[in-house]
Amino acid sequence: MIKTAPATTASARIRGAFSEGRLTWSGLSLTVFSILVYLFLYVPIVILVIFSFTRDEFGVRWTGFTFDWYIRLFNNPRMMGAAWNTLVVATVSTIVSTIIGTMLAMAMERYRFRGRNAMEGLIYLPIVVPEIVMAVALLAFSAIIFDVIRMVTGEVLRRNLATVTIGHIAFSISFVVVVVRTSLKNFDRRLEEAAADLGADSWNIFWRITFPLILPGIIGGALLAFTLSLDDFIISLFLSGPGTSLLPVEVYNRVRRAITPEINAISTLMLLLSMALVALSQLLQRRR
Amino acid sequence: MATIQQQQQRRDRFRLALLLTPGLLWLLLFFALPLVIIFVYSFMTNDALGRVVYEPTLNNYITIFTQSLYVNAYLRSIWASVLTTVICLLIGYPLAVFIARSPQQWRMPLLMLILIPFWTNFLVRIYAWQIILANNGIINGLLEIIGVGRLTLLNTEGATLIGLIYGELPFMVLPLYAAIDRFDFTLMEAAADLGANKVQAFLRIMLPMTMPGIVAGSVLVFIPTLGQFVVSELLGGAKVDYLGNLIQRLFLRANPINWPLGSAMAVLMMLVLLVLIMMYFRVTSEEER
Repeated sequence: MIKTAPATTASARIRGAFSEGRLTWSGLSLTVFSILVYLFLYVPIVILVIFSFTRDEFGVRWTGFTFDWYIRLFNNPRMMGAAWNTLVVATVSTIVSTIIGTMLAMAMERYRFRGRNAMEGLIYLPIVVPEIVMAVALLAFSAIIFDVIRMVTGEVLRRNLATVTIGHIAFSISFVVVVVRTSLKNFDRRLEEAAADLGADSWNIFWRITFPLILPGIIGGALLAFTLSLDDFIISLFLSGPGTSLLPVEVYNRVRRAITPEINAISTLMLLLSMALVALSQLLQRRR
Repeated sequence: MATIQQQQQRRDRFRLALLLTPGLLWLLLFFALPLVIIFVYSFMTNDALGRVVYEPTLNNYITIFTQSLYVNAYLRSIWASVLTTVICLLIGYPLAVFIARSPQQWRMPLLMLILIPFWTNFLVRIYAWQIILANNGIINGLLEIIGVGRLTLLNTEGATLIGLIYGELPFMVLPLYAAIDRFDFTLMEAAADLGANKVQAFLRIMLPMTMPGIVAGSVLVFIPTLGQFVVSELLGGAKVDYLGNLIQRLFLRANPINWPLGSAMAVLMMLVLLVLIMMYFRVTSEEER
């Protein structure tokens, strides 16, 4: 690919930098290496998709085409219930974390205040704390809260979709802040000043000027939050209760026992959803 | 004038409080406070039913430091994380260079191919390797055809390592690409003009200038790997215990469960992470100079 590159800016520069006839060899070996890495990344995914259509009941060999596993999957109330739970949790988590995250991004980008550095630390810490630590901490916290509720009202609560959602929101907020702040940084503040000069109040300035202009960033943050919630496994495992399991947890519980093509089928569907979300976020970025 | 200014100031302060409060409360209540709780738990004990008993003790930490089960889990997890990070870096750096040096029209599609696994469910991607490495799976089928015969591939330490590298590679490539894409390759030319050979030019120009990407990628790979338990369970067959496996068991499945000990393990893991990352930053910032 490098060899056939048109001699435009970047590739011409590279040719200059890595010239003296060796380009072909180093370029070629780099290309071959990269193709191998891409194969490494994609062969397992492709095999997973192919084997969601195999007749083999263990789902690891090709013994002919069938659509049965998908039909079985759609007739499996546990799986469908878990899928529904996952979508509900992801939707609620996305809405809440996007709103809270956008507000935080505005505060951090537009104001100077005491304790701003500490706030900065608090916002970014969830990104660097290992998820399992967050998960066990939230588990211990929810147990204490449930104990207190039981002592005060006598009501016995168990972990449910709400506890999972709270956890998902807690780690999604930080990622939303990062994405929205980027679009606030690239924002031309003179537009807001112009609106103010023309007599707009701050409410109108935000909703008519700022919000539409940073909307791509907000949607980008929301898509990331949605994906994070859909894909999350660790916090979901620790915080979901009996009967309110999420899709990744359900997949994990079944995979630990045995490989079945039904799991290949649900994995393929999850893969398709991720691809659709990547495509969507890329489309949005291109429009930006 | 003063009153208008004061009014404006007051309104600004009110607006700031409005913007900050929900996020601040959420993060304090559902992130910071839970961490404080497990820190406190790590100094408690538990009874035979697995309930936390509020009697301050250092026993959990003593247990972790004196029993080989726990010491080994820490060493094993640290070693696996270092290995995974280094291998991802060695694979990811050339790949990121390749993407950054590709012709403009190729760059976006090549980057998309990294983004898709980046956004795809980690569990699903690890599970895919179970199919490949299974005893009657594809690789063993191929090995039989060429006459080598079947090998035990699944439920080995090698399988765990492959899974970790496979799972984390996209998280290394993206920050590396961001740094390398910004790198001005004419600087390599300038170095060559001044008499540097390629290795010198790389070590003294390109490597330091792309160091932020290396650091970001390494941290992104190292942190989740240190706490992982899915890969060693699904591909390693849970034969040996990594940190994540032990913590998960102590919190969810042990009989009786032992949250104080699990909390101590989690607290120590954060400490290990902090120390290692600080050491790493020191080394890499020296490199940058």
